[in-house]
Amino acid sequence: MKIDLQTTNSAKIATAMVKARHAAGSPAMDMVLTLIVVTDEEGVSEALNDATAIAREHPARIVGVIRESARGAAALDAKIRIGNNMSGESILLRVRGPLAQHAESVVLPLLLPDSPVVVWWPTHAPKNPADDALRGLAQRRLTDCATAKVPRNALLSQAENYAPGDTDLTWTRLTPWRALLAAALDQVQSPVTRGAITASRTSASAQLLISWLEGRLGIEVDFTPSDTPYIQSVTLTTELGDVSVIHRDQNTANYVLPGLGSRIVPLEHRPVAGLLAEDLRRLDQDDVYAAALMHFQARHAKASAS
Amino acid sequence: MTSAYVNPLRDDQDRRLPQIAGPCSVTIFGITGDLATRKLIPAIYDLANRGLLPPGFSLIGFARQDLDLDGFIKLAYEAAKSRARTPFREEVWKQLEAGIRFVRGDFSDDLAFAELARTIAAVDDERGTGGNHAFYLSIPPGFFPQVVGQLKEHGLAEVSDGSWRRVVIEKPFGHDLASAKELNKIVSDVFPRESVFRIDHYLGKETVQNILAFRFANGMFEPIWNSNYIDHVQITMAEDIGIGGRAGYFDGIGAARDVIQNHLLQLMALVAMEEPVSFNAYSLRIEKQKVLASARTPERIDLHTARAQYTAGWAGGEHVAGYLEEADIPATSTTETYAAIRLDVDTRRWAGVPFYLRAGKRLGRRVTEVAVVFKRAPHQPFTKTATEELGQNALVMRIQPDEGVTLRFGSKVPGTAMEIRDVNMDFAYGGSFVESSPEAYERLILDVLLGEPPLFPQHEEVELSWEILDPIIEKWSRSSKIDTYESGTWGPASADAMIARDGRTWRRP
Repeated sequence: MKIDLQTTNSAKIATAMVKARHAAGSPAMDMVLTLIVVTDEEGVSEALNDATAIAREHPARIVGVIRESARGAAALDAKIRIGNNMSGESILLRVRGPLAQHAESVVLPLLLPDSPVVVWWPTHAPKNPADDALRGLAQRRLTDCATAKVPRNALLSQAENYAPGDTDLTWTRLTPWRALLAAALDQVQSPVTRGAITASRTSASAQLLISWLEGRLGIEVDFTPSDTPYIQSVTLTTELGDVSVIHRDQNTANYVLPGLGSRIVPLEHRPVAGLLAEDLRRLDQDDVYAAALMHFQARHAKASAS
Repeated sequence: MTSAYVNPLRDDQDRRLPQIAGPCSVTIFGITGDLATRKLIPAIYDLANRGLLPPGFSLIGFARQDLDLDGFIKLAYEAAKSRARTPFREEVWKQLEAGIRFVRGDFSDDLAFAELARTIAAVDDERGTGGNHAFYLSIPPGFFPQVVGQLKEHGLAEVSDGSWRRVVIEKPFGHDLASAKELNKIVSDVFPRESVFRIDHYLGKETVQNILAFRFANGMFEPIWNSNYIDHVQITMAEDIGIGGRAGYFDGIGAARDVIQNHLLQLMALVAMEEPVSFNAYSLRIEKQKVLASARTPERIDLHTARAQYTAGWAGGEHVAGYLEEADIPATSTTETYAAIRLDVDTRRWAGVPFYLRAGKRLGRRVTEVAVVFKRAPHQPFTKTATEELGQNALVMRIQPDEGVTLRFGSKVPGTAMEIRDVNMDFAYGGSFVESSPEAYERLILDVLLGEPPLFPQHEEVELSWEILDPIIEKWSRSSKIDTYESGTWGPASADAMIARDGRTWRRP
């Protein structure tokens, strides 16, 4: 069921949604969260596709927000999608004129009662997320520094403006790496003395991985720039020998453990929907991320000072 | 090198990190069997694909079949490719394939077990499995003693320092109390209790945890979870299929032994138990055991139980044969395909609240659920006609197929007159948790490899369950008469009569 509303308001949108739900045959709602997606005309279709995909795991009301030109009169258009092989429901809002600065006033009445609110900036995370009033509606905020022009700087501004509940997809992308490294130490059980990472200079994920390892292991991690767009390899030197994870291709890595040689293991490059699904599994703050982010900031400050 | 090692990269707060099994191998006995090819091999592939298996993981097949290593690899490849739930990727398969070994032999064949011992020692060297080996007995229970004996004989159950050996057995755990004890004696003689994993795939961790979360994480249900408010409880496990190709297994076993003894009594224990001290396996087990120990079999078994066989009929749009007409079923068989029993739990919480357990094949549809039926409101300020259609409030925990919770209560029918009728309020765990949640066997195999204390029964629970069921089965076995019900219906008239004696009716699930 699709409904398009021109020059409308929140109350009319809410009424149209109740009608659409009835028409779809099931007025029941079992959605578990509201996901606000702040996007633009260019990214909207991909962003809403990803959001809809994760709604299968976390049935959600998806509220897409596109801020159009701030000039002209205030106006609001809405597109509602309910049913049609999707769980949950989606609303796409286009706000114009002075309203573009007050999109939260449209979104607030459309939040599901009581349920958690997550806001996601698929691209163009606001430099300071606190600047975006939509942020105040949400308890979880997802950004993706990898889409920024200079991911490292974007990550830095995330660190400067960190609030509990923030996470960045560059951190989520690291989970398979971190899992392999943690599993390696489960097995090797030997103190780590040094670490080394080879990665793209621009990779924000690499910076977080270095920070996480340094923070957890109390070691220094050397960084070697590579020309691949992602993390190329990680080596942890232990008293028993080196643990290495070396990227082979999109989906696999070589995994080297002391005395056991090299093996191929899955190291999947996950689509954005997969990353979101992981993030939405937990709606409380991610302390481990916060610690890594703070370490990154401190590291950066030290490097700039010297 | 000691258990005191704390991995600095792990943190309880870090809930993104999955547990990856340490170095190990799994030997599957009966690798060419139905279960292994349909479930176990695909689950192992999926685990590998999710990156949850250790890199040097080894899969060792043991079978009587006329196979060699190449044939086994081919069979495993087909099984994984056609049945895996995650996308099939050649490179993952290649990695898994490098760890596959095969041993051909009979369970009585000493040479084959010696070969198995050599193979296991070899994978320790070649693959770095570190002496950690699990043995999965995917074979008829009749062979358990022999295989477990052979494992002992050939030193395969012996652990060296810091490594482990585990054995996995599937239900049925015996066919009565005596045989369950016998089986336990055989297994526990060779493996310590924490190394024995009794797998009940059907009671996956997810289901169990959902019931516990529902009961103990919420404040609003616990106050009414007792005989003051609850009238009775119905636990149903219905299948729409017949016995299919399982004639050899099913005949002589019957529905009561097949599912009531394990699945339904476990569900009952979870619904009826007191709050455990904590959610570790040990505390849960203690509470479940208390329920099973207080469960009482009816004195008049003839009045409070029912058993029957399905007859030919139309089920779901197909004409199907009756039980006695199924292939390989003797025409004189009195094995029940439907069983219903009443149990009482003699505790302060449950005194006077009967638990009705029923299980059957070729019933209306496939469904497993626990329905808690509440007493009527003590007073109705409405006229009798207004509440004529009002039933009892019910809370239904649906286990499968669509896991969720339904609350049934009265609501006014829109219109002029005051009329109150039952409505359903429905919660589905969602297309949500189902989509990405691993197949039951994936969880189970991973739990075995991680050595997670299983939420599955240990021998005390198994034996308590048999103590409940033995008198009923014994009584049934003395009669050669068995009721019948038409395929595709909700069971025999005798089951309806049994519950009607208590002034109640079965829910239509």
